[in-house]
Amino acid sequence: MAEAMVKSVGGVLARQGILVAFLVFMIGFTFWNPRFIDIDNVFGVIRSSAILGVMALGVTFVVIGGNLDLSVGSMLSFSAIVVLDLHENPAFGPALAIPAMFAMTLCLGALNGFLIGYLRLNSLIVTLGMLSAIHGLTLTYSGGQNMDIANQSATWFDVFGRGSALGIPVPVLIFALLAAFLGIVLAKTPFGRKVYAVGGNGTAATFSGIPRARVVFLTYIISAFCVATAGLIQASRTMGAQNTVGQGLELEVLAAVILGGASLLGGSGTIFKTVIGVLILGFIQNGLLLAGLEFYVQFVVTWVIIILAVWLDIATKRGKLWSPIA
Amino acid sequence: MTELTPALRLEGIVKTFPGVRALDGVSFTVLPGEVHALMGENGAGKSTLMKVLGGIYQPDEGKIFIAERETVMISPLEAKAKGVMFIHQELSLAQELSVAENIYLGELPRKSFGRVDWKTLFDRTDAILDKLKVGFNARTRVGDLSIANQQMVEIARALTVDAKAVIFDEPTASLTDAEKVVLFDVIADLKAQGVGIIYISHRMEEIFRMTDRISVLRDGSYRGTLETAKTNEDEITQMMIGRSLDLTRNFEHVQTGDVALRVEDLSCGHLFQNATFEVRQGEVLGFYGLVGAGRTEIAETLFGLRKPTSGRIFLKGKEVRISSPIEAISNGISLVPEDRKAQGLVLGMNCRDNITLPQVSDLRAGPFVAEGAEVAIYDQYRDRLAIKAPSWRAIAGNLSGGNQQKIVIGKWLSMQPEVLIVDEPTRGIDVGSKSEIHNLLRELAKQGYAVIVISSEMPEVLHVSDRIVAMYHGEITREFTAEEVTEDSLIQAISGISGDAA
Repeated sequence: MAEAMVKSVGGVLARQGILVAFLVFMIGFTFWNPRFIDIDNVFGVIRSSAILGVMALGVTFVVIGGNLDLSVGSMLSFSAIVVLDLHENPAFGPALAIPAMFAMTLCLGALNGFLIGYLRLNSLIVTLGMLSAIHGLTLTYSGGQNMDIANQSATWFDVFGRGSALGIPVPVLIFALLAAFLGIVLAKTPFGRKVYAVGGNGTAATFSGIPRARVVFLTYIISAFCVATAGLIQASRTMGAQNTVGQGLELEVLAAVILGGASLLGGSGTIFKTVIGVLILGFIQNGLLLAGLEFYVQFVVTWVIIILAVWLDIATKRGKLWSPIA
Repeated sequence: MTELTPALRLEGIVKTFPGVRALDGVSFTVLPGEVHALMGENGAGKSTLMKVLGGIYQPDEGKIFIAERETVMISPLEAKAKGVMFIHQELSLAQELSVAENIYLGELPRKSFGRVDWKTLFDRTDAILDKLKVGFNARTRVGDLSIANQQMVEIARALTVDAKAVIFDEPTASLTDAEKVVLFDVIADLKAQGVGIIYISHRMEEIFRMTDRISVLRDGSYRGTLETAKTNEDEITQMMIGRSLDLTRNFEHVQTGDVALRVEDLSCGHLFQNATFEVRQGEVLGFYGLVGAGRTEIAETLFGLRKPTSGRIFLKGKEVRISSPIEAISNGISLVPEDRKAQGLVLGMNCRDNITLPQVSDLRAGPFVAEGAEVAIYDQYRDRLAIKAPSWRAIAGNLSGGNQQKIVIGKWLSMQPEVLIVDEPTRGIDVGSKSEIHNLLRELAKQGYAVIVISSEMPEVLHVSDRIVAMYHGEITREFTAEEVTEDSLIQAISGISGDAA
């Protein structure tokens, strides 16, 4: 009886390890600093996680499809700069700036998808190169200048980042709605099923008549769409942006996705798990700040989290923690 | 023989995994100078037992004795130190290093300042290679060797330590007949030196040629040990599966229907040339030939995975062009590929999703996958093919080989094909599931499917086919009916020996 209990508890730990770790962490930090679970603080964390979260939704598709997207950080800078610049351009204005920015960002995603899906190039190389290339593109576009909206009271553009509806901040609302929508696309549609098949075993997908290139291409389009949405929130929240606003976000996004339990080998993961991963990352970073550590500690912590998450994932698959290359 | 101290003795080994009792109190003994066969279907527990012996798994219960001394195998290194060596089916050599470096990897002889003592290394290695009478030397790069010779390198590695027991796991899987002879000589040598040998193989012919005793596992439990000289194939098969395997020739007369598929002068570069054949509804057409004769390539061309350089394909009398699997599928061609794990299944997906994968876009309720319809399809093929899985939610990778193959067959049957091509239908599948799949293929033909079976196993081709196409070097050399084919004529046809003008 007791043994069966231990076993089932162990089983829950193995399957829901991330959630359990999250709860332990939350309780621990609450003892450290009770402000941690203050309603205001919790909502603050969720609100500040929205941009990262929206990006992570798209990257989840790419990762389940068996690829990586390291270009999302500089793509975010690009979309924020572009939308702000077009907003200030009298020929566009906010109503045209937004669709124009989406179109341009989707083009970048299409380039990723074309190179990886149709030319079958390695996704790590392609998107790492794009990280650098898009950064250059952004600087070329902006001439190195930061972008600001001059007359902030004369535009409704701040609604995406600063507005709220039904008492919920708009960024959180966008994150939640997009997560629900993409969660359904991934879990319930034929396309979602194909993403899992292509990432799980590409050869078997080909043998099943699945157009692999198109599926991979579409995962990058989805990723770019999410980045554009995140860029819109970012630009609208600060009503201005630096050329480097998204720098380093690609690793945080990846950390959140892995933390949620998507395998870097492809074929596993869900949108729900990614949302959990995003929140865990957000709360950890918040907890560290409340504990009085400097913000740059989080760069180190992000790395530690990636390593821990990958290690635990592999360890549950292998059934042991210690497994040197033999 | 009974007074000898056993080289290796296992006693009451139990190993459980979540939900499975993989080994249920297995005991057996290998004497020095004995070749002891370990047999059993896939999933019977052979590889788990070997992993316990090799220190990869720790047993839950039971003891391991080496030369009657109780030993705990905590790691593969430990196993090696205790004189238990493995010759694996899958080779684990560094392709870029020399033979000598591979053999002594991790324990290269040293000179001062940690420099490698190359002369000693090469001399020692050559001494061992001499014993094996191989045609390469210590300095040869492993990547330049044939698979058979790479296997000899693995064997040479086993000879560097004072081995008490050597385990050969399907050692002849990739060897030619001539190479097998060399391997058997080596085994005989080891045997003469008093090493205990465990020989794992499915091939009866080798078992009877090489071994002294045979131990059989079934469903993780030990079924008994037979003296090779006093037993026969039937008895062993009985022990392994509880009944015998029917591989009699097929003389069933079938009612064939219209021509389902006709191929005219189909060529694909140097892979195969001028293939002309047809298959009718209600018959099984067997393709037989050596590996590399072009059989699989023809199948892949028909399925749109390769572009033909010339030739024509007719389905039900109408010429079709097939340039992708999607077009093949929509034209009613299904292919059960030769490599179930790499090509047939998404191992991490559940059974239902695997079966419905090719038609997932068509199974829709609005924008969503109609999961109810999917479950219905799974249930239908689970019953029809007797798939044994806990439920449709079971992950395909956790099923046995036979059940995995049934999932792949179910996946393609559910597409209602005109022509079903099955490449190596029973590769790596245990004897019990084999005969089930053979019966199934016959049954499908009776139901009016046009079935093409590609196989490297002659008894299988003879057992299931109504007609047999023999291939050699990319060309169809002859076509036989089930009535006229003999083993000799078939062998001649696939070896490029022209028989009497037929």
